Amino acid sequence: MNFICNFPFFSILLSLFSGTVCSILPAKAAKAVNRIVILTTGILSAVLLVYLLDTGESFIYRMGHFPAPWGNEIRAGVLEAGMALFFCVIMYLSMAGGAHKLYGEVVESKHNLYYILVNLLLSSLLALIYTNDMFTAYVFVEINTISACGLIMIRQVGRTIEAAVRYMIMSLLGSGLLLFGLCIMYDLTGHLLMSNIKESVSLLVVTGEYQIPLIVSVALMCIGLCIKSALFPFHAWLPDAYGYSTVSSAAILSSLVSKGYIFLLIKMIYRVIGFDIFNSTRIIDMLFVFGLMGMIFGSLSAIKENDIRRMIAFSSVAQIGYIYMGFGIGTQTGMVASIFHILSHAATKSLLFIAAIGLTDVSGGSRRFVDLTGAAYRNKWAGVAFTVGSLSMVGVPLFSGFISKLLFAQAAVQVEGKMLASLIVLGISTVLNAIYFMKTVIRIYTSTQEDAYAGITFKSMKAYAVVLLFFILLNVILGVSSQPIVDMIEQGLVMFA
Amino acid sequence: MRHEKERDAILDKVYDSQRNVEMKIFRKLYHVTSIVFCLFLIALLLVTISWLPASGTVERPVNNEVSSRYIEKGLEETGAINIVAGMILDYRAFDTLGESHVLFVATITVLVLLRLNKTEKHEVEINDRQFEPKNDTILQFVATFLVPIIIIFGIYIILNGHLGPGGGFSGGAVIGAGLVLYLNAFGFAKTERFFTEKTYKGVCFFSLSFYCLAKSYSFYTGANHLHSVIPKGTPGAILSSGLILPLNIAVGLVVACTIYAFYAMFRKGGF
Amino acid sequence: MGPNLLANYGEAVSAVLFCIGFTNLLLQNNLIKKIIGLNIMDSAIYLFLAEKGYIAGRVAPIVVDGVTSAESYINPIPSGLVLTGIVVSVSVTALMLSLTIRLYTRYHTLDLDEISTLLKKEGR
Repeated sequence: MNFICNFPFFSILLSLFSGTVCSILPAKAAKAVNRIVILTTGILSAVLLVYLLDTGESFIYRMGHFPAPWGNEIRAGVLEAGMALFFCVIMYLSMAGGAHKLYGEVVESKHNLYYILVNLLLSSLLALIYTNDMFTAYVFVEINTISACGLIMIRQVGRTIEAAVRYMIMSLLGSGLLLFGLCIMYDLTGHLLMSNIKESVSLLVVTGEYQIPLIVSVALMCIGLCIKSALFPFHAWLPDAYGYSTVSSAAILSSLVSKGYIFLLIKMIYRVIGFDIFNSTRIIDMLFVFGLMGMIFGSLSAIKENDIRRMIAFSSVAQIGYIYMGFGIGTQTGMVASIFHILSHAATKSLLFIAAIGLTDVSGGSRRFVDLTGAAYRNKWAGVAFTVGSLSMVGVPLFSGFISKLLFAQAAVQVEGKMLASLIVLGISTVLNAIYFMKTVIRIYTSTQEDAYAGITFKSMKAYAVVLLFFILLNVILGVSSQPIVDMIEQGLVMFA
Repeated sequence: MRHEKERDAILDKVYDSQRNVEMKIFRKLYHVTSIVFCLFLIALLLVTISWLPASGTVERPVNNEVSSRYIEKGLEETGAINIVAGMILDYRAFDTLGESHVLFVATITVLVLLRLNKTEKHEVEINDRQFEPKNDTILQFVATFLVPIIIIFGIYIILNGHLGPGGGFSGGAVIGAGLVLYLNAFGFAKTERFFTEKTYKGVCFFSLSFYCLAKSYSFYTGANHLHSVIPKGTPGAILSSGLILPLNIAVGLVVACTIYAFYAMFRKGGF
Repeated sequence: MGPNLLANYGEAVSAVLFCIGFTNLLLQNNLIKKIIGLNIMDSAIYLFLAEKGYIAGRVAPIVVDGVTSAESYINPIPSGLVLTGIVVSVSVTALMLSLTIRLYTRYHTLDLDEISTLLKKEGR
């Protein structure tokens, strides 16, 4: 076995271990450890990705001395490695972009706890990406949930704590359903490893045994993961959690945490149930309908919002609706579109959160639109970045959002029954997106007569500007050279099955 | 002043949840939907369960080659007499590694929420002393007898994790309970002599790092088909079954400290 | 209805308990009652798992007198899963309780809706 095959294991263990190490370090050292760990994991994932593209084969790595149905396993393919690399990049940029806000919003003595939470969150995300075992996935889902809750409430104002409670309640309902579905699945198949469950499931489908429990178990697991990733009717906790937590947390939560669950769902669809079997159930229609509803209602709530951070948060609801709509279309192209949208949304949403904080900072800390008038002149970098993010969200060519909308439209056209609904909703949602994002962009570029707030100089925010530059670059790369990425996703999906 | 009062009155009116008709209807609707949903879920699960393989029988998918190997070869391959301990700490050790980090991350979030800084802590401490029963003779007398027994029992459970029912988590919870009893009988002044935040941090750090590193070693050797140097020992002896005993001790220490830390945090936001 | 509802009465009880816990978590306004609901829900799942491991006439999976035939012991896997699950539920309960303490010391109420109303009044 090539030494590079150890890299997924190294990256999970490294981030897990660094969490423990940070618990005895002072805040500054913890920060350095955190940055180094994210960078190292990113590099490891990149090397792994290159290796996998080169060999063209996925591999299975057993955790311990015992082979498949007895011991734990992790598995790496192109999609997993690519996702891990992407998550590391976004996480690094989000941490760097929000670092200056941390000092005002989080008590100094709790900074090292913040870095522990981020490290453990990273390790749980990596484990969710790489795992090949459903029960391991459940355990790391819990780590992910708890550390995400910690990230929400580390800035202790009333709203965030209330949001954390609501988040926990929703998440726990989701975990309960996930675990119950998992137990039923275990009872039917007698396995916990994904590949073994898949074999048994396809056997059960052929023999026609246990049809009802099988469907119910799949449905329970799906609903559990949908609840956890804040699909439309389950999003009540989201605006406060994203809107009031410290900015790095908001960026990480919106772009990575919910995506971790969605990636697990994709993994489950392909590696546990089987894509064709999943598509023959009514579950995808359910996902489709909820996705469409999310796209419209999320945007409608965003239009009504008077607070820039909460508006961006509501826009996340709509974007998660897009992803589930892609699942609901039920074809390979739909799935590719969804996965591309995961990337594009992660890149754009974290950019928007980071840029929004730059705008509110030069407006006396207020997030209301009235006070944001002309903010883009006071902080030029943030203004440009926010505009780029908005254009990408609306779906203007050259930016990543355009490509994902194009892919969704292509996928929708191929399916007779769902074409009309998805195209109409896609259109409506784009218009709604344009209304609230363009409203904001126009607002921040409207110059005011009396300058109530002082502008900011480039010198005082060099690091912040560099982060924004990287984010913009990432968006443009995703938008301009999308073909290789789409090819990679397709290759990864082939490796999945 | 008048302005503020007017504003408050308006706010009260707007957010009057008792008389707000819209809110009332929404709440009613929410309740009814939840109950209907719950009944539906019960019906669905009962139907599902009626189709599941009959419980208690042998011919079920769950009794397959996986469980039979754990039973038949578990003793030989892990060296543990307690097959469940062998399974969770050797065959499926990655889950258990995750599990102990769930506990760790939960303590971190509790620290984030409840740990107070020095001045706040002082105030709470003064408050806390008022509620604390001072030198309750009966409690102290019973505790002097019970606490050592409880802690020794906890240690026994941990050390016998691979030989019988028990293990790190249950033993650690027992020790933690003993510490909490000691704290309640004698107060923080006594426990601070041997258990401070530093002790907690140190114990947790060393146990978890040991856990992480030891398991990494065994994962690494296992995956790369290398020979592991950890001896299995004779099954049944106290020093046997490879890494399971040290891991149980590590988990036990973490759990005992965590239970105590939870209690101290809930009570006064510090150790 | 399938054929095994009576044979699976333990699972049936656990399903009913699960739904009771689920609804409590969803419906109760009082945070402590919500947490109790959460614990009922988790315990129901462990009951379900324990039922799944049980085989009539066999003993707990701890080797006695060196007998290692698969015919003597129950399935050890669900027991292991329950152990892991319990730790998770303890952690989550501790987190929820500390969130409750925090909210109570600040707003002096356990009603989540009331807390939201107070927060909106504060306008923060």
